[in-house]
Amino acid sequence: MWRALRDELHPQGVELITVGLDSLGAEGCRAALETAAPSHPALIDTHHQMASHFGIVNIPQSVWIDEQGMIVRPVESAPPPPTEPAPAPAGSEALPQRLTDIMVEAAQIETDPARYHQALRDWVANGSKSQYALSPEAVIKRSKPPSSDRAMGHAHFELACEAVVQNAKDLAIRHFRAAHALVPESWTYRRQAWSLEAVEAAGPFARFWQGPSPDAPENWPYESDWLTDIRREGPANYYAPWQD
Amino acid sequence: MIIQGTTVDAQRFETETGWTITSEGACKSDACIPLPFAHDGQTLPAKALAEAMHLPVVEAPELDAIAIGPESLGSHSLPTAQAPELSLPDLTGKIHHLSDFLGQKVILYAWAPY
Repeated sequence: MWRALRDELHPQGVELITVGLDSLGAEGCRAALETAAPSHPALIDTHHQMASHFGIVNIPQSVWIDEQGMIVRPVESAPPPPTEPAPAPAGSEALPQRLTDIMVEAAQIETDPARYHQALRDWVANGSKSQYALSPEAVIKRSKPPSSDRAMGHAHFELACEAVVQNAKDLAIRHFRAAHALVPESWTYRRQAWSLEAVEAAGPFARFWQGPSPDAPENWPYESDWLTDIRREGPANYYAPWQD
Repeated sequence: MIIQGTTVDAQRFETETGWTITSEGACKSDACIPLPFAHDGQTLPAKALAEAMHLPVVEAPELDAIAIGPESLGSHSLPTAQAPELSLPDLTGKIHHLSDFLGQKVILYAWAPY
């Protein structure tokens, strides 16, 4: 989780704060965090405050904040550093077709790690003089017009997460569905909900299946699923492109 | 913002939304929104407060909880470039505040285990 980069930049006055967006909270994030063994603060965001506070709609995304607490780059796609090894491919045993299909789509997702990380290093070196550190006016201008639908969607989503915390599964589904309809641009809102549906066929990839079970597809409680949506929207559009 | 029960603590409301409860109502910068109900300045009726401020409200009686959503006024969803406060726990349950990191450059990085 960017540990090498963080350890390199931290002596230059930079801190990485990772925020795990998961209504399963610490238990959902524990395995990944124990493997990563971060040297930086690693926070748990059970109710997706990063969405309502900062406009996160997908992961991984980042926000850059300067020493005075001013946002200098609002939410954008944050690919891993180019030097990080690619994630290990799945094991050699045959995967269920859906997982193979998911990997085919994921392989076509476009990111620009070189430009992001070049900008990051420029900001670390040059601070407010960096061309990549936006003025407050530019930061505000990049944010979307507010929408009462989106605000209502955030409220539904938070309630859905609370319902998950309190083990009220049917209630959670109802409020997740409302949030999906009101905030259609949020991949995290959809993927959080989808990831909670247990599918036996998925085995160890349970949370990545994000779609109907092959045994009982009629039980799928959501309007769509990951594979359908990425094919409809196009993997090239999964993340917004880098904007200087 | 999730509220358990029907009332919200004024201090918490201020910390989470930036609106201060005063005798003139709910105030932020130069703006004040009068509140059409009696209150003691400390504990407020959550639903009536949100409605007076045109904040979205979703009720979940099954959980005895109310969700109040963010503001949707103004021309941009970020009215200021000042980062809002973020207070979240780590794996041990210890709460960290974004404001603890003033004086450093911060990369705030969202990820998920799915």
